[in-house]
Amino acid sequence: MTDEFDGRLRRPLPRRRFLQTSAAAAAVLAFGTPAWAEQPERPRLVVVLLRGAVDGLAVAAPVGDPHYAEMRAGLTLEDGIPLDGLFSLNPSMPGFARLFADRQAAIVHAVATPYRNRSHFDGQDVLESGYPERGQTDSGWLNRAIGEAARRGGPQPPALAIGASLPLILRGPAPVTTWINEATTRSSPGTRERLLDLYKQTNPSLAEGLARAVELDATARSDAELKATPSRRNGFVEDMRVLAAFLRESSGPSVGVIDSDGWDTHVKEGPQKGRLGRLLAELDQGLLTLRDGLGPVWAQTTVVVVTEFGRTVRMNGTTGTDHGNGTLALLAGGGVAGGKVVADWPGLAPGSLYEGRDLQPTIDTRSIFKAVAERHFGLDGSSLDRVFPSSGSAPPLPRLVT
Amino acid sequence: MSTTPSGAVVATRRFGLGARPGEVSEAAADPRGYVVRQIGVTPVQGAADLQSSDQIIQRRLRAGQELKALAGQQSGSDLSDDANYQALRQIVRPAAYVQPEVSERFEAGFSSDNPLIERLTYFWSDHFTVSRLKGSKVTAVAGAFEREAIRPYVYGRFSDMVLAVAKHPAMLFYLDNDISAGPDSRVGQRKSRGLNENLGREILELHTLGVQGGYTQADVIAFAKALTGWRVEMAPGDATGRFVFVPQWHEPGPVEFMGQVYDQPGMEQAEAILNYVSVHPATARHIAGELAAHFLQSPPPPALVDRLSGVFLESDGDLAAVTRALVTDDASWQAPPSKVLPPFDFVVAVLRALELPPSELPVEAAAALFGQRTWGATSPKGWPAEDEIWASPAALLKRLDWVETVVPRAGDVDPLARADAVLGDLSEPTRNAVARAESRHQALALLLMSPEFLLR
Repeated sequence: MTDEFDGRLRRPLPRRRFLQTSAAAAAVLAFGTPAWAEQPERPRLVVVLLRGAVDGLAVAAPVGDPHYAEMRAGLTLEDGIPLDGLFSLNPSMPGFARLFADRQAAIVHAVATPYRNRSHFDGQDVLESGYPERGQTDSGWLNRAIGEAARRGGPQPPALAIGASLPLILRGPAPVTTWINEATTRSSPGTRERLLDLYKQTNPSLAEGLARAVELDATARSDAELKATPSRRNGFVEDMRVLAAFLRESSGPSVGVIDSDGWDTHVKEGPQKGRLGRLLAELDQGLLTLRDGLGPVWAQTTVVVVTEFGRTVRMNGTTGTDHGNGTLALLAGGGVAGGKVVADWPGLAPGSLYEGRDLQPTIDTRSIFKAVAERHFGLDGSSLDRVFPSSGSAPPLPRLVT
Repeated sequence: MSTTPSGAVVATRRFGLGARPGEVSEAAADPRGYVVRQIGVTPVQGAADLQSSDQIIQRRLRAGQELKALAGQQSGSDLSDDANYQALRQIVRPAAYVQPEVSERFEAGFSSDNPLIERLTYFWSDHFTVSRLKGSKVTAVAGAFEREAIRPYVYGRFSDMVLAVAKHPAMLFYLDNDISAGPDSRVGQRKSRGLNENLGREILELHTLGVQGGYTQADVIAFAKALTGWRVEMAPGDATGRFVFVPQWHEPGPVEFMGQVYDQPGMEQAEAILNYVSVHPATARHIAGELAAHFLQSPPPPALVDRLSGVFLESDGDLAAVTRALVTDDASWQAPPSKVLPPFDFVVAVLRALELPPSELPVEAAAALFGQRTWGATSPKGWPAEDEIWASPAALLKRLDWVETVVPRAGDVDPLARADAVLGDLSEPTRNAVARAESRHQALALLLMSPEFLLR
């Protein structure tokens, strides 16, 4: 008699088995035909959270600013893609450039939440909660917006977060769900790098072991990649493909949230060929994968890409940048009034910088969120005030969404 | 990492399962007292629905016979849709018994307020390894073995544990004593069955005297002969599944073991030998060395081994006294953490640190992925004491991959506050790594993979 042990198959994460295909997605998310399935024009909203604080000046560089070359020495873009008289796009994002040219993408620059300190955790709390300060609520603005929409317009489909956890932005009383993409349950390169750094300082034998394993993993992975389709190359792009499959369904979710890690570029930022360049290329590929996956639904989709804060204008001593304030937000989709960079440009002159080091924020991130929420959920002023308390100083940004 | 750990870290990690939030501050006031207080405390295990080994064996035997009968009645026809057939197959499957046992083991570790007894149970269970690699007979009762033959004795006499182990069906199956017949016994004569030395040898080499314990091959054979007839009752009846001494299998006559003649009748012969080896000085050294290597460092500090060995001998193998000597020895409170948490202990420590119940995660698969399937050691020697194996490159990366998928389930935990609540003293690099992480989840992942958390 053989031992029939099969612990690996036993007791899987319940959510993992949750949905295997987009057809199953429809069935499970809907339980029959919900009201929202009868609304073919129903808009879709995707929020991409770039965790770690993105160096906005390396994404859309103000090459026309007279202080650009001097202040950004070591980090200036070569062969940037001109967007307007002031800004050029990082060449790692050719897809976004095409969307921009087709008026399906826009950039809002010199953006920040009201948070002015420089802790990732607190910054993300403020960004996702929609409150002016951290620690004021356990719910996220997106969840509250869904709640307001349901109050006014009837039941809403559960919003979907890709990943094991529910990010704060979606937490709250309105129904939400999560999906773990099994293909992407590896630890992130950023966490691996940090752990390796910690081991190097504390325990050489652990450092040696982890370094070797990461190297082997990379080899095994690139070998597998040779045989795989391009869309399977990395986690974020694959997650975007899956998200598109869910959102495309007539009875699927209207709102999706997706995370991307690794933007904390203190060391060797590499805005083009290096680390940041690779992250931007991945983001770019992810956006195109989402568009392709959504098909006709892309026309009624708005994608908002945000980060908790920006980074120092000047390069630091390790060819990277440190935590700062002003940064940018990207928008894409058929729902965007695209082809423009929206900014009240503060300039890069040393005297114009926040505390002499950061890009001075001139647009509140909540103004972008409010414009999107107004359009997507059909919320009026009083509803918006409930979703974004104490945000009177941040009115919805006009002419951002169609 | 070469500094002396804090008392709370020793109390909750070296002699514990890793702190749950609050446990560090609880232990910090009187770390030694925190551990000593637990000696002798044997809480009843939670899950009442776990079956005893004889119940399990009975159920499987009976269902197996019914399956046979069913197959005989309907030979040739397809039974896969037959509900009765399927139900019987479920009863026979060893997973039906071992899975709840493994779940209970994780649950007990996660929720324990007396982690010392859990740690001692893991230690002794490994010392007296049975492995499900042997097959379904062992697998079905592996959990029951630990509950019946190990756990009740961790604060009792070593000789009692040795006896309980040697008479347990799991061990009799695992080391083949159920098929070992005395060459001159009635069964040996009639059925051309013979002696199997497996149990006799491993009791001497692994369970008691140790490989350098001074016994010879002739002693192994003598002991194996004395053990013949120690079997499991497999015939239908009230005693099915229990230990039984069967005279027809027992080698008749006296044996000479380590220079002494044992001429006791029947079962008493092997019992007398077991009692002798259980209190032997070689056994005392062997056990003392293993305890020190398991809880402190490998190879163990010789002076500590001497002291523990002395207590073992003076107390006639009183394991409460030996445990007390171990946890109150100054060496235990000074040795820098050097032992990598084995996979099971690591998973339990993560669950405790994050307050995540094991029922919500595929914990067993995780521990197996890191190299340790519960009751799945590859030899009777158990898991290696040289535990660098647990920090092999691949295993390390698997732990990180897993940890990063688990931390989001902990919700909004303040990483630095949690670090203080479950570890106390952090090295400066670890504190910085946690404080400067990109996200709370990353911070928690770094904390749980830090040397402070990986080692004890």
